[in-house]
Amino acid sequence: MKPPAFAYYAPTSLEEALRLLHELVHEQQQDVKLLAGGQSLIPLLNMRLAHPDAIIDLNALESQLSYVRREGKTLHIGAFTRHYALQNHPEIIRFCPVIAEAVRLIGHAAILSRGTIGGSLAHADPAAELPLVCAMLGGGVTIRNEGGSRHDDASTFFVSYLTTSLEPDEILTEIKLSVLPPRTGQAIEEFSQRHGDFALAAAAAQVTLDADGTLVELRLCIGGAGPTPVDCSHLLSSLAGRAPSTEDIRDALRRLDDELEPLADIHADAAYRKELAQVMAYRAIERAWQKAQATLADGDAKHDA
Amino acid sequence: MEYQQISYQLNVNGRAYAVENVEPRMTLADVLRDVLGLTGTHLGCEHGVCGACTILLDGMPARSCLMFGVQAKGQEITTVEGLAPGEEQLSPLQDAFWQEHGLQCGFCTSGILTTMTWFLRQNPTPTREEIREALSGNLCRCTGYQNIVNAVERASRELNSEAKT
Repeated sequence: MKPPAFAYYAPTSLEEALRLLHELVHEQQQDVKLLAGGQSLIPLLNMRLAHPDAIIDLNALESQLSYVRREGKTLHIGAFTRHYALQNHPEIIRFCPVIAEAVRLIGHAAILSRGTIGGSLAHADPAAELPLVCAMLGGGVTIRNEGGSRHDDASTFFVSYLTTSLEPDEILTEIKLSVLPPRTGQAIEEFSQRHGDFALAAAAAQVTLDADGTLVELRLCIGGAGPTPVDCSHLLSSLAGRAPSTEDIRDALRRLDDELEPLADIHADAAYRKELAQVMAYRAIERAWQKAQATLADGDAKHDA
Repeated sequence: MEYQQISYQLNVNGRAYAVENVEPRMTLADVLRDVLGLTGTHLGCEHGVCGACTILLDGMPARSCLMFGVQAKGQEITTVEGLAPGEEQLSPLQDAFWQEHGLQCGFCTSGILTTMTWFLRQNPTPTREEIREALSGNLCRCTGYQNIVNAVERASRELNSEAKT
């Protein structure tokens, strides 16, 4: 298994990469793949499932595009931030802990040391953890081409299996996520056959409570059960404004079935994946809820910082 | 079709190597094995699942089948050949694998040794459960892992008693 031949470019700045990409795509009509961490693209090349004319290796942009910055209520994450850097970043742990939780589920140390958040989002595997979490959080992305930049929301960025709104001449440069609101807990749960495998079903949830413990907002997104991460928050919106019982939540989650269209494969059939999705959703909500409740007990002082 | 050829320098186990006139599509694993003759790095699945080709890149584990050789220039690569302090010597981890019979056919061993060398630096006193978790990215079809876990435990003890003296 060896990659097919391609022309290799390794620009040293984002501007140079955008210029080169524009030229290859528009003037030479080439099929170009961008190489970030390579943990999905290189297997595809090795198995010859991808045959690009050219590869633009973005690794020299790591120093430019690897960062986590908080500005007001938004976390800005450079697209080239590698998984291992996210996992232990103090701003991530404090202001968006579900990202660090998700990274632990991605894979082994040798994968986390190379893979990048931008690469994971642009690859858009519907069972992958970071797309799921970004969709659940209602995150956004900054996308550049030679002419300028645009913003897209996670809800429209993920289009289908391995397909995003990225045009061939565009590079995803930044991910934007809201910081954890006060009295809020987040969690991700997944079922996979071995640690580090793709999930048969995964769920990410965020629970925001009022000071008296009533539910303000519940977000839920399901992974591995459709062509993109599936936002199911609307199923739970009727629970807001009260303190729903376990049964209320389970009842609401029964309607998940109609939202999901999982694929059947050798590992699990569609009906089993739907069942798993319900269980993962419940567990994620339960754990996020406990974390939100723990903040009530702690008082809100630390969230006001 | 004309194939692009490039030349670059790699730093492997503290030594500089010139890699001349190779195609950019050549993976780091193939460069190490076929160009530099460092055949201690093994190739199993060639798509990042088995862990046999794991090397250390600036001290962190990476799959050498999921990188092109050219991408490693300017970084310090450690392969299994670079773990021992010298000829005729073994690192404490390698010695523990020998003592505990931590390998049978040996195909997976170089990737396990590099991964565990990193792991013991991160976590010098791991539990058996943590060792198993850290081993989960390396497939071994012979041993059933029992002796590998024993070997890593022994290496951890040896390294810690060395550190104290």
